[in-house]
Amino acid sequence: MDGTVPMHEDRPIGVAIVAMGGQGGGVLADWIVALAEHAGWYAQSTSVPGVAQRTGATIYYVEMIRPRSGQMPVLSLMPVPGDVDVVIAAEMMEAGRAIQRGLVAPGRTTLIASTHRALAVTEKMQPGDGRADPAAVMTAARAMSRQFLAADMQAIAERAGSVISAALFGALAASAALPFRREAFEETVRVAGVGVEGSLRAFAAGFDAVIAPAANPAPSPEAPSVPQGGSDAQRADLARALQRLDAQFPAAAHAMLRHGLARLVDYQDTAYAHEYLDRVARIAALDDAAHDFALTTEAARQVAVAMSYDDVIRVADLKTRGSRRERVRTEVGARPEQPVGTTEFFHPRLEEVCATLPAGLGRAVEASPVLQRMVGAMFARGRRIRTDTLTGYVPLYLIAGLRSRRRTLLRHAREQAHLTEWLTLVEGRARDDYALALELLKCRRLVKGYSDTHARGVGKFGKVIGALSHLGGRADAADWIRRLREAALADEDGKMLDGALATVATLATVPTEIKETVR
Amino acid sequence: MAERSFAREVQDLRLGAGEEFRGEGILAVTKALLQSGVGYVGGYQGAPISHLMDVLADAQDILTDLGVHFEACASEAAAASMLAASVMYPIRGAVTWKSTAGTNVACDALSNLASGGVTGGALIVIGEDYGEGSSIMQERTHAFAMKSQIWLLDPRPNLPSIVAAVEHGFALSETSSTPVMLELRIRACHVHGRFICKDNRASPFPLIRALNEPRRDTQRIVLPPASYAHEQEKVTKRWPAAVEYIRANGLNETFAGDIDDIGIILQGGMYNGVMRALALFGLADVWGETRVPLHVLNVTYPLIGDDLAAFCRGKRAVLVVEEGQPDFIEQALHAILRRADVPTKLAGKDALPMGGEYTPQVLVAGLRRFLEAHAPALLREARTPPSAAEVLADARVKALAQSVPPRPPSFCTGCPERPIFSALTLVQKELGEHHVAADIGCHLFSINPPFAIGTTTMGYGLGPSSAAAFQVKAEKRPIAVVGDGGFWHNGLATGISNAVFNKHDGVVLVVDNYYSAATGGQDIPSSRAENPSRSTKHPIEEAVRGVGGRWVRRIDRTYSVAKMRDALREALTTKAEGPKFVIASSECMLNRQRRERPAFQAAVKRGERRVKQRFGVDEDVCTGDHACIRLSGCPSLSVKDSGDPLKQDPVAAIDNSCVGCGNCGEVADAAVLCPSFYRADVVHNAGPWELWLTRLRTRLIGALAQRRDARRLELA
Repeated sequence: MDGTVPMHEDRPIGVAIVAMGGQGGGVLADWIVALAEHAGWYAQSTSVPGVAQRTGATIYYVEMIRPRSGQMPVLSLMPVPGDVDVVIAAEMMEAGRAIQRGLVAPGRTTLIASTHRALAVTEKMQPGDGRADPAAVMTAARAMSRQFLAADMQAIAERAGSVISAALFGALAASAALPFRREAFEETVRVAGVGVEGSLRAFAAGFDAVIAPAANPAPSPEAPSVPQGGSDAQRADLARALQRLDAQFPAAAHAMLRHGLARLVDYQDTAYAHEYLDRVARIAALDDAAHDFALTTEAARQVAVAMSYDDVIRVADLKTRGSRRERVRTEVGARPEQPVGTTEFFHPRLEEVCATLPAGLGRAVEASPVLQRMVGAMFARGRRIRTDTLTGYVPLYLIAGLRSRRRTLLRHAREQAHLTEWLTLVEGRARDDYALALELLKCRRLVKGYSDTHARGVGKFGKVIGALSHLGGRADAADWIRRLREAALADEDGKMLDGALATVATLATVPTEIKETVR
Repeated sequence: MAERSFAREVQDLRLGAGEEFRGEGILAVTKALLQSGVGYVGGYQGAPISHLMDVLADAQDILTDLGVHFEACASEAAAASMLAASVMYPIRGAVTWKSTAGTNVACDALSNLASGGVTGGALIVIGEDYGEGSSIMQERTHAFAMKSQIWLLDPRPNLPSIVAAVEHGFALSETSSTPVMLELRIRACHVHGRFICKDNRASPFPLIRALNEPRRDTQRIVLPPASYAHEQEKVTKRWPAAVEYIRANGLNETFAGDIDDIGIILQGGMYNGVMRALALFGLADVWGETRVPLHVLNVTYPLIGDDLAAFCRGKRAVLVVEEGQPDFIEQALHAILRRADVPTKLAGKDALPMGGEYTPQVLVAGLRRFLEAHAPALLREARTPPSAAEVLADARVKALAQSVPPRPPSFCTGCPERPIFSALTLVQKELGEHHVAADIGCHLFSINPPFAIGTTTMGYGLGPSSAAAFQVKAEKRPIAVVGDGGFWHNGLATGISNAVFNKHDGVVLVVDNYYSAATGGQDIPSSRAENPSRSTKHPIEEAVRGVGGRWVRRIDRTYSVAKMRDALREALTTKAEGPKFVIASSECMLNRQRRERPAFQAAVKRGERRVKQRFGVDEDVCTGDHACIRLSGCPSLSVKDSGDPLKQDPVAAIDNSCVGCGNCGEVADAAVLCPSFYRADVVHNAGPWELWLTRLRTRLIGALAQRRDARRLELA
């Protein structure tokens, strides 16, 4: 074609940084620009700051090109899906979002991602486990990129006493996706001149992490099996409980039972642990290998949790242990000798106070408006307790000492009654409908927390279990209970649960002949 | 003081002739203003033009040297009014704001300014907040330019073009007695690039001279009969003068190409995107060569009919690339071609979408549609642009929709506004849900999870007035939110005074964080900081009382959730008449940290005693219900695996980014939640007495703990 304008084949390198506001994505973009400019390249970066950056997902985009004399390149202000050379994601789900935006192309894009999770509010606010599974992102990242480099850059940066942008810059150097040597990267950090030492440590660690990824994390620890502490007689008693566990229960449930045993010995005593085994044994008697002893394992978990109900004594016990002090000091990074004050936030209500009284007295207070007012006034306000001072520590220490009396307290009586009622129900159903019994066991997960939260959990548990009256004899009863439980875990007020219950109620009221017609 | 320091960027403003500036687009504009001999600059902060304001606020000495008066105006209306200085005097003035939000506010002044016309160049730097990253309604400034006859520049998004647009903008304004808008999109404001500087120069006609030798001409005042004459003048004098300047100085650019039977007419701001789209078809290269002829409108209003007709003449078809709607340019082009009797086919919104940002991806698709219809042979020869279609159709990528959570912006770690909405949530649990009129500002994040509070937002500072219709007797009162930024911008008159005057019964919640925080932490009249060039520390409470507010409760520490809750409950239930004002004050944590963190570290380094607070969660006490998170949503409060096989749900955890604001403990307390939170006070440089006491306590407590731990039976 005569007169055709010759087109140059030069192509810029495009780098997209996807991050959350406040992660330092801008710093990383600035470093990349400086790196390119220092090498004599032409670089352009853009971003979309503003309110959008306040902790929300945001994107920075850099293009760079080796210059031609006297000519200014025309670079894009936005990444073109399918045409990006490097994508740097400062969080795992943001890597997923970049893939969803089409920024990662097989055979083209180097994807560098920090594998750590910064959970979105919608993930962490659910009463149950609302966390999204990053495995899907891992799968897509591996399949869709030319090169996928991943490591927990947040942890790497923290260990180096620096920020994630430095670790990611190191990983970018290691990827060899940009035509600049490692020394040039490091020089860029030095010239920028802010927190240079820490940044260079994080840079090096980020570099190494993607060159030689760390080995897989250690396998989860074995279930506890060694009696420790206490008197010889106590240890012997506990050893007997362990023998009983091994002898009487199917192997499939052993690990969970050991965890349960450990929890209950820690919570109360070995006698209590034996009570636990008694209760689980009644369920195990209804179980079989064909079901892989799922009922027993679930009972081992749920009964242990139910029996170690969270009361004031338990909290006081956990907060006054020597190990707890050390854990707090480590968590806040205190040096030895450095004073660390710890303030606890307690707000027991009248209900909790009564529950901690001996059963008779507790009921008397609950029955008497005068006593209620008196005790209520004493506990109307929240307590802040300094557990690093004796005046704060000793009262809690004494409350923790009430452990030996726990069986005589009002709360214990109520918990035992609740437990018995629930397990009786489970046992009754297990013979006819194994799946339903299993689901009923799992429903105990709804009961957790303190004060209002606990009351709400008990309420939801009651509602789900109560739905049985509508589901009686239905083949899909187990499935309905599962759905109800999941609905109960979806929101705090139980709106989803109430909706689901309304549906269940209609199941029962629809006469059989109409149901036939509907089918 | 803004949340970011511009000390280094201020040095760039001093660069002289021949030196190279490297930096952000909006800072290049700032430098260009000084090179153009601007006499005064004003504006209202807001992304994407905040940095123009922030850098000038930090550059007081340069401004003084050049005799430039700079104001951080109370609102865009105040800023637009400032341009009145250019009506009678040959003084160049520039103002800036986020558009169209700010242009809406400024309209009264702009209409008057454009009617009477200007003597000195009047430039309005518009941050067109459109497309990804925008925080406002999606509209075009173009309509405002047309309705008031203000020229609209839309330069190619590179620094030399942007700087040239500033310089020509002033000259064009002066030649045609018309104010000029310089429109810059979000990414153009933040684009990093370079240009060769000129020397700064002082205004040849200093402001002082105007005051000493005042001039007046009633013909320039908008009052009949002059206002009728203004309209005629716009049509008969100012328009032709502008057209002549634009043509004589070649403000619009034509790029020739060998495929001359088609062409593209585009807004200057679309240039880089269009060039990339063409390059992906193999029809252009990265060095600015194109095979398809381009006519680039660096001036999008007025359109030069003759030039456009000339570009189209002889072509089979031309594509108009005009971002946003309505399609003003395309419609005008149809008329232009019809009048000039040019038969060229015009494509535009038929090939490209009517609304939404023109990303390269959208432009590629539009270009393909245009070529399919008007140059199919060319399309067959052209390269196939890369596409993500295959990737996006992959099941593994589609599966991501199930796992990748939305991540809208939210309150920062330790934000003092979070406890306000925690308290409001608690009050609503007691008294039921209320109608909450929201406003513009960080506090608008309340509409997102976990709070989900707020029904409408009508504009900056308009929260209280947007609840005006609900001032009827009912069981529940309306609640209106307004931030301190909105309060001083507009709210004091339209919201507070209006509520008092009309005897509103509702609750007005004023969120005072000491700054215009959402726009970058600029000072406002109620800021507590010592600011040498501004008068600050004017309490909101005094202003509210000054306009007649009687029922006023001030909470000076929003983190006191219980107090916050009680104040709101009282406001909602009191028998008192008239509007109930609750002023919730605590400093923006971003700004507080920026100030305190270095000071803290310096003090620790000096050996002074300092206490660092942060919060933690006892994971064995936490039961994994996450009620705390539903009342907080703090980024540093998250969840993690419990590590306990018996505990299925993840437990709460606080990471190292915690700033110890106290909200966690307060919420756990006020909401009667759970005892798993603790506050750790880490003491730096403790004195000998404190160390001795700590050792003593540790020994005694340690002994007690050990006594029990030693006897504890465990299964390990």
